[in-house]
Parts: sequence; structure tokens; C-alpha cells
Amino acid sequence: MLKRHLRRALQDMRSNRMLSLVTISTFALSILIVSSAMLFFVNMGDIMDGWRQGIRVMAYLQEGLNAADRSTLKVRMESLYGVQQADFVPKDQALARLRTQMGRQTSILDNLDSNPLPDAFEIQMIAASQSWDKVEQLAMALEKLEGVSEVEYGQRWIKRIINIFNLFQLTGTVMGALFFMAAIFIVGNTVRLVLYSRREEVEIMRLVGATEQFILAPFYFQSLIQAALGGIIGLAALFMMYMLIQSRITADMASAFFQPRFLSPLTLLGIVGCGMLVGWLGCHLSVKQYVKA
Amino acid sequence: MTAEADHAALIRLFHVHRHFHATRALTDITLDFYRNEFLFVTGPSGAGKTTLLKLLYRGEVASQGQILVDGMNLARIPRKKIHILRRKFGIIFQDYKLIPTRTVYDNVALVLEAAGRKSDYIRKKVQSVLRIVGMDKRQDTLPPNLSGGEQQRVAVARAVVGDPTIILADEPTGSLDAESASLIIKLLKTFHTRGATVIVATHDRELIRSIPGRIIYLQEGRLTSAPTV
Repeated sequence: MLKRHLRRALQDMRSNRMLSLVTISTFALSILIVSSAMLFFVNMGDIMDGWRQGIRVMAYLQEGLNAADRSTLKVRMESLYGVQQADFVPKDQALARLRTQMGRQTSILDNLDSNPLPDAFEIQMIAASQSWDKVEQLAMALEKLEGVSEVEYGQRWIKRIINIFNLFQLTGTVMGALFFMAAIFIVGNTVRLVLYSRREEVEIMRLVGATEQFILAPFYFQSLIQAALGGIIGLAALFMMYMLIQSRITADMASAFFQPRFLSPLTLLGIVGCGMLVGWLGCHLSVKQYVKA
Repeated sequence: MTAEADHAALIRLFHVHRHFHATRALTDITLDFYRNEFLFVTGPSGAGKTTLLKLLYRGEVASQGQILVDGMNLARIPRKKIHILRRKFGIIFQDYKLIPTRTVYDNVALVLEAAGRKSDYIRKKVQSVLRIVGMDKRQDTLPPNLSGGEQQRVAVARAVVGDPTIILADEPTGSLDAESASLIIKLLKTFHTRGATVIVATHDRELIRSIPGRIIYLQEGRLTSAPTV
């Protein structure tokens, strides 16, 4: 029976080529848009994780602290919640580090009379505590310590980017939901059109004793096939776009902190599965309406 | 009605009415149809012949009264179970009602596919029935490429392929020339002798004269001569 339904679904797709093509294209486009957003968020997430792991909290010290003061300060810092280790960075070492970072442009530093950088402690956080709220709390606690003049956690701007990213993520989710809804309606309308164009045939089938299940199963199969095909085409297009972009990224940017990656096979299966579910749902809504009419 | 006849009744109608808004298509029909009888429902156009046939396979629902088909009360069959009733019937329409996009073979096979029969059985059965109606050579043809007589023979094949208890024919010779009509009559006789109850709605006197059977007269939706009930 399954084979018959499948054969019938394929026959229907052949005889309604244009409608099938429209449905498959709609699915492909919806899947492409949604999965593009997913790919973007997955890779942005990786970048954000890289940034999060690279958070360095620097506590700059007041002038004139002796070794004993620094030792006390180190103990107090390491006793704070979320701190894994506090390493003293003398101002000479900080200047040397700056020289290394500036590379060829160190001539600016050569003209300095004295080292303008303060002594500091570089604080490494426990991995589990590397959320922005906790970093901010730690910074406030460090600032209150005696002997600390200023606390800097470097890339404060990352927080703003993460906020923007979160906003994008929300927009992407809403857009994805809208595209899937549009896909449901388009599949539903396609099925409805096919059903109405074949209402006489459906009526004849009823007259010869066919069950509703027998009559309507091919429509479900058709929607599932169209959704699966659309999903595969959409993901194939995404993969091609990804390969193109990836070749550019590795050639131009050679980014050490970010290695672009494609969606996992499980995610791809999930996307095609969701597409098929949408196809089924669109078909079911139309069929239900048709049967009631 | 005799006890014997009562026992053999396959279809029973009790005070059946069918109204379409203000129009009365059928009024107070009480009637029995017996197993393996050949029965004509006749009367002028608009008398309610087609409506009566439609009521039997629940193509329409009675406005009042009760209809029993082979022990099934039609008023109580849920929509999901109508196929069980329909499989008791083989229906032949004046306009054939063949699916134009399916071949002769597929049109006939549809009945058995819908009943969930196995492919081997379907192939053998369909070919055998197509041979009986003389359409085995044209099994791959689409209905629009057949003559009216040929299409009606395919419709007869479709009606009998599922070995139905009852064959309903609504004006089966209405659109056919004399030769084709004669062939259809012959086929109906053949399947009647094989055990089916045949109910034919027609106003074709030639058809009625050609086969001995009980005749029911309808006039303006009422039985006009007393049937044997």
C-alpha cells in the first residue's frame, strides 16, 4: 500500500509539475534563509566563545606599593569569587609586552622619558564564571580593594556586540518562524489547488469504496517529498555559499581565533526533518478543510 | 410481504423522504429489494430515480425515514465507515465517471487497490474482467480516447471487479447507440446470473423489455404502482 501511495504521489507531482516546482522552490528558499541564519549564529557563537575565553581582567595598581603589599593584594584577589589566578605584571614587563604587540610601530615608545604604564595584576577567571555579569561584579569587587587604582577588562565593546548579536538572534528566530509559517500556507494552498483540480477524481474514488486515508495519503506523501527535496536543495545551496565564503576567509583573514564550520549532520537532518514536518502540517490543514467541506 | 421475502430482503426503505429545501424529490417510499433480483426503477425524467439510487449508497442522505442495506442502517453509518457500505455496491453512471488521467486498467484496478488487495490478485482479476467486457485489448488506453460504448464497458468492469453484492446502474444505456446498449444489457444479465442483485434506473423501455425483472414506477417522487411489498 505504501508503494502505491508513493507511486501515486510521484505521478501527481509529474502531472502538476509547475505547482510542485513552486512548492519545492518555496521550501528551498525558506530552508536556505533559515539555515543561513543558523549558520551565521553558530559561527558567531564560536567567535563570541573565543572572545569570552579571552577575557582578561587587569587590575592596575597605585604607585608605591611594595612587595609585601602586592603579596597581600594577590591573596585577597585570589580569594574573590570566580578568580582562578592573579599574576603580577610589573610595569617593565607590561611595556615589553606593548612593544611586542606594536611590532614595527615601537618608535613612539622610544621617545618616552619614563615608563607610563602602572604595575598590574592580570586575573584569570574560572571558566564557569566567564559570563559578563560575573566579570562586571568581579571588576567592582577588585576596584574596592586597597591599592587598586583602576580595573580594566579589556574588550568592553564585546558586551555591546554580544547584545547586538542577541538581538540578531531574536530577529533571526522570528524571521525563521515567519518563513516556516509562509511555507505552511504555500504548501497548504498547493495541496488545496491540487485537491480542487481533482475533486471529481476524489469523488469517484469515494464512490468505489476508497477510504479517506487511501485517497488522501498520496497528498501527504507528495508534501513530504516536496519538503524533503526543497530542504536538500536549500541546504546544498547553503553549502556552496559556505564553501565560497570559507575559501575567502582562510585566504584573506587567516584568522587564528576563528575557524568557520558548517552545520553538523545532525542539525542538517533536523532542518530537513522540520521542513518535512512543515510540509505535513500544511498538507494536513488543507486536507482537513477539504474533508470537512 | 411473505416471511420468505422478508428474509431475502437485501435493501429495505421505510417511509423514506428526500427534500431539497422546498422541493420534494422523494415522498414516503417504503420498498424492499431482494437478493439476486433484477429490478428496474423507471419513470419520467425528474421522477426521483437517480435520487433513490443515490440514497442507497449514501450519495445522499434521507430527510426522513430509514434505509437498511444488508443489515446496515444508513442513518447510523459514520462518515469514516461509508467505504464499507460503498464496497457492497458496483455503480454504473450514465456519464461513466471514469478518471480521465488513468488508463482503462488503472480505472478498473482502483476498486481493488482501494480495498487493499494484493498486486498479483489485482492484475489477474482486472484482466479477467476486462476480457469479459471485451476491453482487454485497450487496457492501456485513456478513457477520453474511447467511444461512449467502450467507456461504459469499462465502467461496467469497474462496477463488477470487486464482486459487489449489488450493482446499481443509473441510465446505463442513456448515452449509447443501440449496439453498445445491447452489449451493456448483455453484460448486466451476465453479472446478474453470477449472483449479483442488479438495480437499474432507466426510462428506456427497450432495456426494460429485454430483461425479465421487477419494475418499480416513480412519478413525482412517489411510487405509483404497488410494488410487491
